[in-house]
Amino acid sequence: MIRDYSLAEALFLLDSAKWTILLTLLGTAFGGLLGLLVALARTSTSRLLQRAATGYIATIQGIPVLILLFLSYFGLSRAGLNLPAIVAASVSLSIYASAYLGDIWRGAIQSVPVQQWEASASLALTRAQQFRTVIIPQAVRISVPPTVGFLVQLVKNTSIVSIVSVVELTRAGQLINNATFQPFPVFITVAAIYFAICFPLSWSSRYLERKFNANRPG
Amino acid sequence: MPIVQVDNLHKRFGSLEVLKGISLTVERGTVVALLGRSGSGKSTLLRCLNGLETFDSGSAEVAGHKVTAQPAALRELRKDVGIVFQSFNLFPHLSVADNVTLAPRLVHKLDKASAGALAEEMLARVGLSDKLHARPDQLSGGQQQRVAIARSLAMKPKVMLFDEVTSALDPELTAEVLTVMERLAADGMTMLLVTHEMGFARGVASQTVFMLDGRIHEAGPPVEMFASPKTREFQQFIGQSLK
Repeated sequence: MIRDYSLAEALFLLDSAKWTILLTLLGTAFGGLLGLLVALARTSTSRLLQRAATGYIATIQGIPVLILLFLSYFGLSRAGLNLPAIVAASVSLSIYASAYLGDIWRGAIQSVPVQQWEASASLALTRAQQFRTVIIPQAVRISVPPTVGFLVQLVKNTSIVSIVSVVELTRAGQLINNATFQPFPVFITVAAIYFAICFPLSWSSRYLERKFNANRPG
Repeated sequence: MPIVQVDNLHKRFGSLEVLKGISLTVERGTVVALLGRSGSGKSTLLRCLNGLETFDSGSAEVAGHKVTAQPAALRELRKDVGIVFQSFNLFPHLSVADNVTLAPRLVHKLDKASAGALAEEMLARVGLSDKLHARPDQLSGGQQQRVAIARSLAMKPKVMLFDEVTSALDPELTAEVLTVMERLAADGMTMLLVTHEMGFARGVASQTVFMLDGRIHEAGPPVEMFASPKTREFQQFIGQSLK
């Protein structure tokens, strides 16, 4: 039986967007935490940590997020660890995000002028104090636009988890389309919802950038 | 006992030897001006004294601390040895007051009230009491450099290093920074400065050291050195500088 595309279907799509948002939040939170460790390791004075972080970034960035998803969903279940689809999806998105955020933040930390390290070291600060009070606050400003840019990518990349039958926005769109055979209204709604999530992100990035630039030396 | 003691210091950057056996002693309360052309090694020498550059051989002791590469020992040394840079290097994300009190709060564990009083005292000393809440980018170059001096003084150092601190400034802004430094010298601060300000070296320094090609070429009290240079190279150098 072919259903009509009505308000009920549109509301179903809207409701499924909560999984898209949840996946993005989980990927950002855990990916951000891990990414911070990666960035700190990459900019540490230990050669070993530097190399480990560089290797991690290169490896994860070289693997499609879809394969990360297959590895955590199918791979781990073969290994006896049966993760629910939503957990496997969050794990793979977190790992994916950690490599990119780690690299973005590494770049931001390294673009703080070396003189800021010298000036703070000359005031007898420890390396941890330098990071916390001088380097990170400046790196954060530098990293806001690329970080938000990546988060917009992350929102859209959550669509990949539709493959392991997590009914997030894209999967919901496929289901509704299969029932209604009305791809245009269905996927335009889906696209509009993605846009409604991503646009405020991009806008806030531009706002923050302007706000920070107002306080930066010329 | 000298407050700065440098013995046979050697330093190379790759195949280039920039310090070729420097020995120098500085007595407490004196002002030493390091002069020389670009590339003579004077800034490198200064930076070796607070561990911003490592050296290959020889030894240096400043304010009772041996200069090493060991982080904890280096921090102890830096509590007593301040440095001011050519490019100010203020922390752009902090207010002037926070720039001045950041290190005393973290290193000397100063509480908020004492830190506030310290900021006011130090900024008064460099004539910037009205800029307590300003941001570095709202200040002129000369004002920024005076804040940098106040930031360094807030750690109550025993020795102050100045690395071409007026080279990035217009002449009128240079004057305000030199005035602050002159007052500091009169207060008895031990100062080592790399400078191109011949007038200042002549008028304020107790000792001038002319460096050439990684060595100390000529040294002595400025009055004598400027009046009757012993070496042709120093004579040429001041001839060119005064032109």
